[in-house]
Amino acid sequence: MKQFDYVQPKTMDEALASWEPGASWLGGGTNLVDLMKLGVAQPQRVIDLTRISDLGEITFQQNGSVRIGAMVSNADLARHAGFAQHFPMVAEALLSGASGQLRNMATVAGNLMQRTRCAYFQEETAACNRRTPGAGCDARDSDEEARALLGASPACVATNPSDFCVPLAALEAQVEVRGVNGTRQIPIAEFHLLPGDHPERETALEQGELIVALHLSAEAARFARHARYLKVRDRTSFAFATTAAAAALQMEDGIIVEGRLALGAVAARPWRVAEAEALLVGQAPDAALFARVAEAAMAGAEAPVHLEWKIDLARRTAARALAMAAAGTPARLPALPASPFGQQNGDLAHV
Amino acid sequence: MSDTLSPEIRFGSNSGQPATRRDGLAKVTGVATFAADNTPEGLLHAVYAPAKIARGRVSHLDVAAAEAHPGVTHVITPQNRPELQGDPSGKPTMFSFRTEVLQDDTVRYAGQPIALVLGETLEAATEGARLLAPQYEVDPVRVALDDNTARGFDPGGFGLPGGASHGDVEAGHAVAARSIDVSYETAAQYHNAMETHAIVAQWDGDRLMLDMPSQALKVSCAGFAYFFGIPPENVTLRSPYIGGGFGSKAIPTGPQVLAILAARMTQRPVKLMFTRQQMFGPAGHRGATRQRLRLGVDENAALTVIDHEGLAETSTFDDFVEPAANASHDLYAAGALRASHRLVRLDVGTPGPMRAPGEASGSAALECAMDEMAEAAGMDPLEFRLHNYAETQPGTGRPYSSKALRECYAEGAARFGWEGRPLEPRQMRDADGLMTGWGMGTALFPCPMFAAEARATLRPDGTALFETSAVDMGQGAWTVLAQIAADSLGLTLDQVEFRAGHSALPDGGVAGGSAHTATAGGALHAAGGDVLRQLGELATADPQSPLYGAGNSSLVARHGWLLLEEDESRRERFADILARAGKTEMIGTGHGGRAPEAAGRHAMNSHGAVFAEVKVDPDLRQVRVTRLVGAFAAGRIINPRLTESQLMGGMIWGTSFALHEAARHDRRSGRIVNADFAGYHVPVNADVSGLEVITVHEDDPYVNALGIKGVGEIGIVGTVGAIGNAIWHATGKRVRHFPIRIADLLAP
Ligand SMILES: Cc1cc2nc3c(=O)[nH]c(=O)nc-3n(C[C@H](O)[C@H](O)[C@H](O)COP(=O)(O)OP(=O)(O)OC[C@H]3O[C@@H](n4cnc5c(N)ncnc54)[C@H](O)[C@@H]3O)c2cc1C
Ligand code: SF4
Repeated sequence: MKQFDYVQPKTMDEALASWEPGASWLGGGTNLVDLMKLGVAQPQRVIDLTRISDLGEITFQQNGSVRIGAMVSNADLARHAGFAQHFPMVAEALLSGASGQLRNMATVAGNLMQRTRCAYFQEETAACNRRTPGAGCDARDSDEEARALLGASPACVATNPSDFCVPLAALEAQVEVRGVNGTRQIPIAEFHLLPGDHPERETALEQGELIVALHLSAEAARFARHARYLKVRDRTSFAFATTAAAAALQMEDGIIVEGRLALGAVAARPWRVAEAEALLVGQAPDAALFARVAEAAMAGAEAPVHLEWKIDLARRTAARALAMAAAGTPARLPALPASPFGQQNGDLAHV
Repeated sequence: MSDTLSPEIRFGSNSGQPATRRDGLAKVTGVATFAADNTPEGLLHAVYAPAKIARGRVSHLDVAAAEAHPGVTHVITPQNRPELQGDPSGKPTMFSFRTEVLQDDTVRYAGQPIALVLGETLEAATEGARLLAPQYEVDPVRVALDDNTARGFDPGGFGLPGGASHGDVEAGHAVAARSIDVSYETAAQYHNAMETHAIVAQWDGDRLMLDMPSQALKVSCAGFAYFFGIPPENVTLRSPYIGGGFGSKAIPTGPQVLAILAARMTQRPVKLMFTRQQMFGPAGHRGATRQRLRLGVDENAALTVIDHEGLAETSTFDDFVEPAANASHDLYAAGALRASHRLVRLDVGTPGPMRAPGEASGSAALECAMDEMAEAAGMDPLEFRLHNYAETQPGTGRPYSSKALRECYAEGAARFGWEGRPLEPRQMRDADGLMTGWGMGTALFPCPMFAAEARATLRPDGTALFETSAVDMGQGAWTVLAQIAADSLGLTLDQVEFRAGHSALPDGGVAGGSAHTATAGGALHAAGGDVLRQLGELATADPQSPLYGAGNSSLVARHGWLLLEEDESRRERFADILARAGKTEMIGTGHGGRAPEAAGRHAMNSHGAVFAEVKVDPDLRQVRVTRLVGAFAAGRIINPRLTESQLMGGMIWGTSFALHEAARHDRRSGRIVNADFAGYHVPVNADVSGLEVITVHEDDPYVNALGIKGVGEIGIVGTVGAIGNAIWHATGKRVRHFPIRIADLLAP
């Protein structure tokens, strides 16, 4: 790989001061380092954030909201008892992602910032607007399966591969970012950008800003009893989602008071549709309702002929996730988190 | 001693024991050195640049940029490549392909080496290779089976399989009361052993020292010697530990030849190790196939014909045709059989043997077709197979050397609980509402033997040294061969030192064809026998020995003693016999192989039966194999623990074949787009549950002196079909290609 500077700031101020155009923040490195080896990412300077101690905490506030430091590992967050109790589908999504080794390394911020898995993005010699603005898009007319069904543009059809971000979107997390001009909060719905004419702009982060924390509100915890993440894929574990859905319901006397639904792997960001969620309100859970909601959530989906099945699968995934949420969050995470084969409880089954 | 094995067999306390791996501790503590762990002084690192298109020519390489990168020492391209003494298109050994060694600027497949960069560090060489930024003149690529014309070929030699036929095939079709005519496709798969291909090459004058994982040490030495115009004995190859081979490490690859060339050019040691991505290129693969199967049965569900046509991809410049149709040769009794192959030339690297070449892909199609035929005949799939059981080899009528397939069916079915399986699909749901299906497949793998030599040295203290250049690529040869060696002298395992994995030792042959234990083991056994014969001659001719006057043939060896079989009080220690004869050691030699006359008399195969249960989500169509039971009869089992591992590994690969593994090409460039482990999937732990292996007892007096048939490959065979059939049984959908994916099962 290309030569680069490597710095290890100990404080936030040092970190911000060491930034320069062409630098990259380094979390666990499970995505960035791979891309550097492929020549897809070529930072001049790599700023390792793992030595900044106050980025690694999970703090519950008095009011029940939680602040998660940017460098908390995916594994630690998923296994944090209090967190998993309040936000079970986030823990479930985390545990369905990647593998044990990767989750130990991967950070919260790195997961939010992970790049698309589009095979043409990852190949230096392919044309990719996201990598090189104006270069063209080799994925568009390819057999690539990781392709957006919603929110794509002529310039880019890539998807966001994160599992974690899908329940975060459903629960309306806030991303706390910091730059030389101070700190601001970005709602997760505005954090990942759809490609439009500028697929190279992937997030709302400004140059030199970094993620310092993630916030989930106390209200988000009110879904805890009916919240599930479902991830469909050909391999039982250690594979990105073919389709995924996070469904959260607030139920009173068997009636849905409020519902949230976010779909994964279908667009460049987790996909939420207000009209679809509105259909849930005041209804008793049933399969026909969930099918209608899923239909509404996928409204406007488009796929080339070879991927039409995926629109169908995304709808089925959404409807099933809603049904699972309605059935109630299990007391313990299933042995295969987020899996259609996850009915069986018990120790995690080597996922 | 004759050069065939002594018919007398001595099994001591070692064979049949589940000894743990003798190399296990070294491996888990990191003491075991794999090829790339060697870093001789003055080492240069070599990295090759792979082509990113599949067809055309390289029009420009930015050599200056690469050379300017700090730490880069040399850039080798077709323009300045030093000469090789052997023609890269030549075939110096029995396992040779035309080798890609920068002979010109044409690109024949994506991943082909187009330049080699040397650097003082791996990082420098890697970046140098990237900086070459190749430009190409691109020709349209052909990477799918329909992209070029299928054609026949003249069979012969490695890679161009013959077919087989017997009986009147047309009549078989004509008289059939029911027939099926189906096509199955299997995807291209790439060898991905945990340890990628590597080499450390050092020259000393015209002598070459190589650290390189090799499944065929002496053959590799001969191959490299050919390229460099030196005698094979000038090449020393060390290959003590191999992190998996699967067929790909039997054949020297172009980048390895280039690394040796670079070492000669620079007069420095050179190391080259493939990246994971580079494994999808010049190291061989299992070619994609399309197989047409036409089967017919008469009114009584007896097969009238098996007509199996295989079409397989090969490269544009060499031949390796996956011998898929040959899987149908020996398995079922059919009135007539035709197995034939055609090839299609594509812009891909030359395929090669990959664990169970032919049998794995052929059986996938055959076993599913058999299921379809059973369905058409209205019969239980197991009953249908038993109904068409071959009592003798179809076509020739030769007896099988042994065939406990009936027992495999019975024991496997009983363990699995096959009885009561509904004939119709879509009949079973589990408590969670998942669609459940049961399927089965038969496994067969032939029992070839290569040739091997071994040497046994009895030491004055009564312990022994055994030597052969045998190969442990993880299958357990370090342990299993030592067990055989110890038994050949009636010693315990800790009384035997075993040396292998080095080309200076007697030729241990090839670890391939599931034949290594039988062949190298046969040589070791014979070498031990040769020592005993000499000891017996000394003792029985020596009036001072308690064994004086006894016939040599009535002697047995146990715990370091030679004893008279009918009167065990007459005995003498090995050490004493040696000492009295004034000898400090006694050397025996042995050969392993099959006598030509033995080869003709019997048909020889391992057999097995695999039963699979799958669950399929009724809406999402995600599939999971929840149980796999395999019962195998493979002759004598030297080490049940390692055998179970081999068979399990095979069955897991079968799961991989059925549900996961496939190289996907970009249609325009021909590049493989999923060339890493994030994209090229094999099963993970969560995909494997309820895996059970049964080994069925089998005595085979004909296959070889030790009665060993081999267990390395048969585990894959049968499993793929069993899973495909179980998916049909769960869902009612016949997917006629592998891998079977959610998308296939969602389709209306
Ligand atoms: C084989 C494999 C399988 C995987 N499977 C899954 C899966 O199934 N589901 C899933 O969701 N994910 C999966 N992943 C992706 C994995 O979740 C990400 O690689 C990981 O979350 C990235 O975290 P990291 O800390 O290692 O990030 P890094 O690699 O360190 O960084 C990733 C990006 O984030 C930026 N970054 C890091 N920290 C900050 C910060 N504080 N502020 C701003 N930017 C920052 C970096 O500059 C970089 O661009 C898989 C990855 C691999 C390699
Ligand atoms: S889809 Fe987007 S990421 Fe993929 S090649 Fe096209 S522009 Fe690049």
